[in-house]
Amino acid sequence: MALIRKGKQFRWQHKHLLGLRDLSAEEITYILDTAKGFEQISTRSVKKAPPLRGKVVCNLFFEDSTRTRNSFTLAASRLSADVIEFTKTASSVSKGETLLDTAKNLEAMGIDIVVVRHNVGGAPKFLSRNINACVINAGDGFCEHPTQGLLDVYTIRKLKGTLEGLKIAIVGDIAHSRVARSCLWAMTKLGAEVIFVGPPTLMPAQVDRLPVSVSYSLDEVIEKVDVINMLRIQFERLGGNPFPSVREYSHYFGLTVERMKKAKPDILVMHPGPINRGLEMESEVADGANSVILEQVKNGLAVRMAVLFLVNQAAAMRG
Amino acid sequence: MVDNFTMSNELLIKNGRVMDPANGIDKECDVLIIDGNIVEVGKIEKSAQTVIDATGKLVTPGLIDIHVHFREPGDEEEETIASGSAAAVAAGFTSVVCMPNTRPPIENETDIEYVHRKARQARKTHVYTMGAITKGQEGVELAEMGFMAEAGAVGFTDDGSGVQDPSVMLRALKYAGMFDVVIAQHCQDDRIAGNGVMNSGYYSTILGLPGADPLAEEAMLWRDIQLVKKIRPGRIRYHAQHISTAGSVELIRAAKKESLPITCEVTPHHLLLTERYCAEYDTNYKVNPPLRTEKDIEALKEAIAEGLIDALVTDHAPHLQSEKELEFLTAPFGIASLECALALFVKALIEPGILDWPGLIELMTAKPARIIGVDKGTLGKGKQGDVTIIDPNAEYEINVNTFRSKSRNCPYHGWTVKGRVEKTIVGGEMRFEA
Repeated sequence: MALIRKGKQFRWQHKHLLGLRDLSAEEITYILDTAKGFEQISTRSVKKAPPLRGKVVCNLFFEDSTRTRNSFTLAASRLSADVIEFTKTASSVSKGETLLDTAKNLEAMGIDIVVVRHNVGGAPKFLSRNINACVINAGDGFCEHPTQGLLDVYTIRKLKGTLEGLKIAIVGDIAHSRVARSCLWAMTKLGAEVIFVGPPTLMPAQVDRLPVSVSYSLDEVIEKVDVINMLRIQFERLGGNPFPSVREYSHYFGLTVERMKKAKPDILVMHPGPINRGLEMESEVADGANSVILEQVKNGLAVRMAVLFLVNQAAAMRG
Repeated sequence: MVDNFTMSNELLIKNGRVMDPANGIDKECDVLIIDGNIVEVGKIEKSAQTVIDATGKLVTPGLIDIHVHFREPGDEEEETIASGSAAAVAAGFTSVVCMPNTRPPIENETDIEYVHRKARQARKTHVYTMGAITKGQEGVELAEMGFMAEAGAVGFTDDGSGVQDPSVMLRALKYAGMFDVVIAQHCQDDRIAGNGVMNSGYYSTILGLPGADPLAEEAMLWRDIQLVKKIRPGRIRYHAQHISTAGSVELIRAAKKESLPITCEVTPHHLLLTERYCAEYDTNYKVNPPLRTEKDIEALKEAIAEGLIDALVTDHAPHLQSEKELEFLTAPFGIASLECALALFVKALIEPGILDWPGLIELMTAKPARIIGVDKGTLGKGKQGDVTIIDPNAEYEINVNTFRSKSRNCPYHGWTVKGRVEKTIVGGEMRFEA
């Protein structure tokens, strides 16, 4: 683990990864550096390393996920952990087991690391307060999705060298996006300038108090940015009728071939997936030369290995 | 409630600082209660069967909280009228007003009588209740307000939610005028509030929780004020419950300038806590109306200093630990604060110099009594002998585990506060001694 020594005196302290808002630039960079060390494991003929041997990782998913869940499962098994899957529908007061009961059950089973996705903001934090195991947030409501934020900045750093001074647009349903929030914290901490783009009805409350600028015009923003991160329209989270029609939304905020003509030639086009082709992005753009969407997926694996490795190490150090 | 012995029952409270704001009294003297009624306030030389030395203590009219939830019937595991009453007297309250959003709601005369019967059995504090404005609190058809008023309901509210339909609210206000009872409103436009679980703003954004905009409260308050104006002149009384925003204060200020028959109340949590406290997803800070901002607290305090607020209330809303130990979105709204209420208001209002003691006591006695139309809240001659004795300088640490309430959902656990209730006398009977 040559690259881990690169951190010198720096020591990763957190046994949970709940969000990026509370992490320092140094801590984020340390995760990215650690991930870089893990990236090459996936290129070996024997794609496995031993650091989590004998540890049990539990994927506790209260919400559907394919990409993130498989990515965590693969990351954990590459580090030689045993993985168990725990799929549940979200808890409610009246029926079913509460999150607290679930936590206590997991505790009793001797789980070491819980990877949790939940439809309610704050659920991973709640879990971390009630369990001895490490907790990794795999997306909570519209609060944070820290490993997505990390893999996005990892991808940008890898392809652009640094985030310092870059202009990055995040486009779409900001209000209901945990990806937008995690990206915002990671990107700004690493020195990038972030612009939220979308209709006013999809901006969060008091967005002016966040370290970000806001634009309602993708056409104005597209020329200026080095990176554009297109969010998925999450039909399952949209309340009411925040825009009149999908057609009108695409007209103003879709990344089309036409719009791409105005972009910088080396712009990175990102998307957290899964893409609604033809809605937030035309297929030709999604599959085009500037698209780094599959690179993101690839890097996600290395980043998640790094996170699993680091929280486990922090827990071990605490004894 | 009166013990009829051949001998009269005398209670003399000596040498306290007697504070009776409604009668302009604030002086060191004595209070004599005979057979449950106040007989004399002044220098009293004669002796009595029972003499209490109140040197260095405040002797005030029994405190009145016109907004509590005692959860009976339906949620007796959270609170009962008996446990709530015990908590009330321990906190100096000689009268409380229960909200009707029980399961089922208090919506007919039998329900009102049920609450009164339970209160008599508990034999602690005077328990009044409001009735529902609409059947099932569904906001559609008026409940039997007349029968309920005759059975002793001291007002009507659909508290827990607001009456959404303006035509229903207009009808309720008009109809209630026939009985000279107050219509109290939990101002919240549900369509604006949406599924918000905290104040909408910076904190809801970074915490990823759905927010309720202050406008949800203000829009309904504004609407109701227009309805009140529409009915005037007529016998009508409107009371805005737990107002929480600077915008609501503006609306109340304007309404009072026009001398509209409108009153309002404020809770301790909207004076002491802000949305920032939700940052750790601690559900003990989940309350409705939600905790707002510093700016709102300042506006509420200013309003209190100006005399725009008519009552201080707890909105005591007990919940089980198991209900509160849930995700922030799922947990129920509510803070249980009855047992530390006085000290909280001291912290919020007396310590920063917003009110003096007589000012505070008035907002916890005579003024709320006037809102619900009961002849209480003063130490006037012939009034029922409800008295609270307070040590204004006693400092203590709030410990939820000592609560008589069945619930512990109180975010003030561990706070050091000042102002302790020493004795609570209800109808001339000692019902609580510290």
